[in-house]
Amino acid sequence: MADDNYNSSNTNLKRRDALKLLATAAVSIPVLGMAGHAAAVTAKTKGAELIYRPTDPDMLKPVVPWSMTLTLTQAELDDLAVLADIIIPADAQSPSAASLGAQHFINEWVSAPYPQQKADLVLVRGGLVWLNGEAKKRFGKAFAKLSTAEQRQICDDICYEPKAAANLKHGARFFAKVRDLTATAFYTTEPGMADIGYIGNKPMANFDGPSDEVLRKLKLKS
Amino acid sequence: MSGASGQQEYDVIVVGSGAGGGMSALILSIAGLKVLMLEAGRHYDPVTETPMFNLPKEAPLRGASTPDKPFGFYDATIDGGWQVPGEPYTQASREPQQRFDWWRARMLGGRTNHWGRISLRNGEYDFKPYSRDGLGFDWPINYADLAPYYDKTEMLIGVYGETGHGLENTPDSPEGILQPAPKPRAYELLAKKSCDELNIPVIPAHLAILSQRQDHTRLPAKLFPNSELGQKVVANSMQSRAACFWATPCGRGCSIKANFQSTTVLIPPALATGNLTIITDAMVREVTLNKAGKADGVIYIDKNSRQEVKVKGRAVVVAASAAETARIFLNSRSPLFPDGIANSSGLVGKYLMDTVGAGVGGQIPALENLPPMNEDGSSGMHLYQPWWLYKQQKAGKLNFARGYHIEMSGGRGMPGAGAFGGLQSFTEGAYGADFKQACRRYYGTFVHFDGRGEMIPNENSYAELDPTVVDQWGIPVLKFHWQWSEHEINQAAHMQKTFADIITGMGGKVTSNIETDGRKAIMNGGAIIHEVGGTIMGADRKKSVLNQHCQAWDVPNLFVADGAPFASNADKNPTLTILALAWRTSDYIVEQFKQRNI
Repeated sequence: MADDNYNSSNTNLKRRDALKLLATAAVSIPVLGMAGHAAAVTAKTKGAELIYRPTDPDMLKPVVPWSMTLTLTQAELDDLAVLADIIIPADAQSPSAASLGAQHFINEWVSAPYPQQKADLVLVRGGLVWLNGEAKKRFGKAFAKLSTAEQRQICDDICYEPKAAANLKHGARFFAKVRDLTATAFYTTEPGMADIGYIGNKPMANFDGPSDEVLRKLKLKS
Repeated sequence: MSGASGQQEYDVIVVGSGAGGGMSALILSIAGLKVLMLEAGRHYDPVTETPMFNLPKEAPLRGASTPDKPFGFYDATIDGGWQVPGEPYTQASREPQQRFDWWRARMLGGRTNHWGRISLRNGEYDFKPYSRDGLGFDWPINYADLAPYYDKTEMLIGVYGETGHGLENTPDSPEGILQPAPKPRAYELLAKKSCDELNIPVIPAHLAILSQRQDHTRLPAKLFPNSELGQKVVANSMQSRAACFWATPCGRGCSIKANFQSTTVLIPPALATGNLTIITDAMVREVTLNKAGKADGVIYIDKNSRQEVKVKGRAVVVAASAAETARIFLNSRSPLFPDGIANSSGLVGKYLMDTVGAGVGGQIPALENLPPMNEDGSSGMHLYQPWWLYKQQKAGKLNFARGYHIEMSGGRGMPGAGAFGGLQSFTEGAYGADFKQACRRYYGTFVHFDGRGEMIPNENSYAELDPTVVDQWGIPVLKFHWQWSEHEINQAAHMQKTFADIITGMGGKVTSNIETDGRKAIMNGGAIIHEVGGTIMGADRKKSVLNQHCQAWDVPNLFVADGAPFASNADKNPTLTILALAWRTSDYIVEQFKQRNI
């Protein structure tokens, strides 16, 4: 099966091809003498009913298994997009976080019905109100309307909670949350994975271990 | 098939479909016995349901952990977790140190669908701990009794590893049984170098994953020399399994059957014998007793109709998970056994154990800015550190009596929800181009060491029926009592110091707090999901629930085949021993049928 069909030249397979190969492999595997039994003897499969629950979601074609109303307003999404691009801007290697929809992921996140996400909703919404107030106080304009230098001036003050001034600590907690969510949004996409050099999730005939180059760099081999 | 109840008498009713239930069903049905398996969750087929290559971005919340899916969206566990809706359990104490967190998986195959696949044999000491240090209990069997079953289990399920290390109380499998171990990853080699300096042994881990296809021409005859049927169904099953292709996490399950799940490795060949019937959505409440004092069947709640159903069997094997097994026993009340079936010792539910867990993380500068490399591997560990301080312990130089092994993780895994969440402390809050650069630099440089240590059974860790709370099926629920002893607490502190030393030896920076007080390091009871004990086996019927065949002292046709019979909980992960013990128990049951004792 896998060993016969895959060779090292396949290791650069795109995911779609890999899935196709996998499907082929699964179908070609003989399941002698048991398929019929399995169908006959189980009391109930969920197949026909398609009743998915949050504890038993459709993992192959995922949809959000809870009833979700996206919470954030367009104005909030616009502000989050600005912030996401300040946190992960485009460069020669990869696009920006907002161009990959980080603000929409944050909306999905804070709209989920679980305690962590509900707390994050308060933190993010409150933080955005505060951020615009802070921008107006310092520069007389909403955050999105500020120059890059002005935006950075505020971000520099709230980018690290241990060093933030006492009256800005809550702003720093908000910024840290948005940075974490933006990083999740960005690095779970293909461009984000490529940016850091994740090259797995591909079927391979063998696991070869680290290269000689890596072993030398780690002083594990002369 | 749920309507078939009440009419037919089965030879054996097996409660549960995980490691113990699956193995029992396979061995008993190969022997020609008519077996009924009852599973509290739904039918589940890893071949068609496993999200093999799916990316986090395709999942809600990018696959993050939620209370509904605590190990993430793609984790194989369905209708399970730390809580199951409508099926509560209670705690005797509100103190965090006295909690027991109970992981359940209500699905065919149970927890074998997502487990860590770590398959370590108990050693000689592990069966006779009381004889060595006067603590806990001896098992009524020794390593030699179980060794042939370890051999057979490893051949049947497929375990990679390496033999010939000859380490104390760390049994080598005989030649020709294990599959080849995968090559170590870079960070694992770096950790080994550090451990070499500290005199901590590092050897290939044993995981129930096929590193190559099984030899279906040779193995079935070795496993079932006297059964043509056994050879046929197992050969077919082995032929249906592919080798690992070194991608996708085992915890999601495996649609190519490269790793061990009861649902891919045990249940399909058991069904193929034609001797096994499975009823899912069957929540077992009690084992019933006839006038002669023998078990004569089981009452379950059909979850779809919400009706009680009684099924009849000539023998009953309970393998519902240690605590659930104890719950069924305690709920099986009769005039003969007012405190629960087979409970004349009063020990049903007692001596519940988990594994001691504590961990430390680190960041390793040597791993920064390495060229891209694929470190997915088997998704589990390729190397591990078995316990090594037996001599110091024997000489009384340590302040805890039993050992732990080390499980390590790290490397350039697929980024998921929470990726780079902890980076701000390394960069003083970098954002913008600096943040992007930092992610490139730090990716794959974090390592984590987890200790998995032996807990000694004690009087204060047990489960009993809650006198007032029932679940949505009307069944009284468990109330947990928990207490670590100084042995576990001191062991957790030792883990912390050791892992800090390993990380420092790798030239790294420890990123966790190192606790000298083990109370702050040790994880909650139950958190490692190595729940064993509750109907322990022993040589004295006054001091144990089961005899050496996992047969109830009080009810000769009632058996237990999960982790509940364990008289101790060695640092070795329990699943392999559950499988081997269930096979041995099943052989005994078959023999009892042949001798017409049942």
